[in-house]
Amino acid sequence: MKWAKKDLLAISDLSSEELLILLDTTASFKEIISRAIKKVPSLRGKTVVNLFVEPSTRTRCSFELAAQRLSADVISIEKSVSSFTKGETLKDTALNLQALNADFIILRHKSPGAALFLAERLQASVINAGDGPHEHPTQALLDVFTAREKLGDLKGKHFIILGDILFSRVARSNIWALLKLGARVTLVGPTTLLPEVFREVGVDVCHNLDEVLPEADAINLLRIQQERQQATLFPSLGEYTKLFGLNMERFKRCKPDVLIMHPGPINRGVEISSELADCENSVILDQVTNGLAVRMAVMFLLSGGQLPKIKEDARKGTSK
Amino acid sequence: MNALVLKGGRVIDPSQGVDEKRDLYICDSKVVRTLSEQPDVIDVSGKIVCPGLIDIHVHLREPGQGAKETIQTGSWSAAAGGFTSVVAMPNTNPVADGPDTIAWIKQRAAQLAVVNVFPTGCISKDMAGEFLSPIGQLKSAGVVAITDDGKCIQNNDLMRRALQYATMFDLPIMDHCQDADLSNGGVMNEGYWSTVLGLKGWPNIAEEIIVARNAMLAELTGAHIHCQHLSAAGSVRILRQAKARGIPISGEICAHHIVLTDECLKTYDSNFKMNPPLRTQADIDALIEGVGDGTIEYLASDHAPHCEFEKEVELDDAPFGILGLETEVGIYLKYLVHAKIISLHEMIRRMTIVASDLCGLHKGTLKVGSDADITVLDPDLEWTVDKHQFLSKARNTPFHEHQLKGRATMTIVGGKIVWSLENGLVSHS
Repeated sequence: MKWAKKDLLAISDLSSEELLILLDTTASFKEIISRAIKKVPSLRGKTVVNLFVEPSTRTRCSFELAAQRLSADVISIEKSVSSFTKGETLKDTALNLQALNADFIILRHKSPGAALFLAERLQASVINAGDGPHEHPTQALLDVFTAREKLGDLKGKHFIILGDILFSRVARSNIWALLKLGARVTLVGPTTLLPEVFREVGVDVCHNLDEVLPEADAINLLRIQQERQQATLFPSLGEYTKLFGLNMERFKRCKPDVLIMHPGPINRGVEISSELADCENSVILDQVTNGLAVRMAVMFLLSGGQLPKIKEDARKGTSK
Repeated sequence: MNALVLKGGRVIDPSQGVDEKRDLYICDSKVVRTLSEQPDVIDVSGKIVCPGLIDIHVHLREPGQGAKETIQTGSWSAAAGGFTSVVAMPNTNPVADGPDTIAWIKQRAAQLAVVNVFPTGCISKDMAGEFLSPIGQLKSAGVVAITDDGKCIQNNDLMRRALQYATMFDLPIMDHCQDADLSNGGVMNEGYWSTVLGLKGWPNIAEEIIVARNAMLAELTGAHIHCQHLSAAGSVRILRQAKARGIPISGEICAHHIVLTDECLKTYDSNFKMNPPLRTQADIDALIEGVGDGTIEYLASDHAPHCEFEKEVELDDAPFGILGLETEVGIYLKYLVHAKIISLHEMIRRMTIVASDLCGLHKGTLKVGSDADITVLDPDLEWTVDKHQFLSKARNTPFHEHQLKGRATMTIVGGKIVWSLENGLVSHS
């Protein structure tokens, strides 16, 4: 199958086949970034604009480095030092960037749908680097890629996504990715951050972590987004940690090889105890490394690159 | 003398219980029994001739927001939709909370509008929900109702006092039913689609709780309260129960709320962003049932023009509201009359004499001696909405290229043809 999409906006838009192409291509780039010379000429002469209208560290750096590794010219724009502060609209900013012949716009924005909004108006490829609580597709790709590296085929594997589901773009993208790969998903969190309506997308919903913890093959923790919380959503961080924090006592009841995942940044001592964040089961830093390969793969495919032939074991992930 | 006869049409005038094929005579600005001189003759055979339609819920944007719409262009839009009278909401800039602004609106309408424009005034000063506006002076200046449409009075005591106070002036109070805490930050219906799309939800309960409050306050004060643009199934249930108990309360729907669901937002198109938001099919079913059994008597548009550049932004930042005047009749004919929810006679009744009576407009009838405000309808005309053909200044409609059945073909105000489907805008002097 040939890659046909101009943009990467959401995992929910992708077919299972497209998802597998992205993961397979990522495997190739994972191999490239482990070489002594980590740079390839795939995007030479292309211009990549990191348009980050909402703060980010790891995603912005990861995209920037991925573009550089593909030999693209990279411009990074942040809201605080851009014409957004003068009231320029997103549309006008993007049209100006297009007038500069940008080939890729990587958008991080607080509003759901913002990446689609740009994609419909630009010839440049748009990559959604997080649109409010909607989706964060490259995060989901790096999460499932990492999980496949450790667990192999994800069909039938049980994932817990734990925490602030309501405001989480990571959860929304991961749910779709995991379901498309045949995994079982249980969302866990307080009732105020986890509406029952999520069941309608085909996942389980649970408000008692201890009940489901022993069944999990992977626990994907989400950051408690204190900046989005309102006073009515939960009483205190202390109570949240008591009810939903992953600590050593709870970890002892898990499968011994359970994966601990987190998109970062971590609130140590809140959603996860510090010792668990750094334990052998934690793949948090593997996720960051794989993020680089994922973003290289995405830009490579969107620029017209074709799926490389790779070995079957790399395709399915057998390093466990 | 300006004599006109509408010949061969089916005249439906619910104010008189009339539904028969006959000619209608007009002399100067009035409906007359006979004509002594040679009239201009318009053949309306095969068409419906009814009292001029009335929309009790439109935004004409002046003063202050003339880039979106003006009283003049809004009146053109009304005429093109088959309306001869519109009730204009007061959330202008400045808001219509004093007699000077009302006088300005009336003067502007008298000079430039091709249909009758009836202004409303605010319930509270600056629409801030804190202090009563000068309702007596607003009445003297000519308002036909008071409302803080666009905002809902959150202070229950203020709402109670407003209801009590307005009874002195025989003015209806219209309320935009929205609890600000429960809907805080919401941009679409709270449910499956808001969850999937990651957009902040505006739950049904935010409307229903205010409808319930209003029913209780209407019962307490004995004053009539009119609940605007209802969207939620629970609102219909509460309204039905309240009316069964004899409480003086009424409800209104807007055309888009009986056709479109929140699923339309899946493309993040801001032309589907409105307040209250598009709900679910279950809500639509309840609203239609409410219209059918008479729980909801009023049919309106909530015509809310916005500039294209205002809507062409991220959905979170786009203003609420869509156009309504030029698609409203086609929607109600297709989804209420052709769908056999209500009869054509009943639809006309609600959009004429019933609407007139709510606001004391003294319109909505073809009785001899009444103002010759007349709408000619072709209920079977199939057409495709083309926003580029609108006479409104704005283009923010979710119904572009929508197939409808039935529309107005001529609008006559004060005995003058102001718009016809054949010739477009005929006169605006």
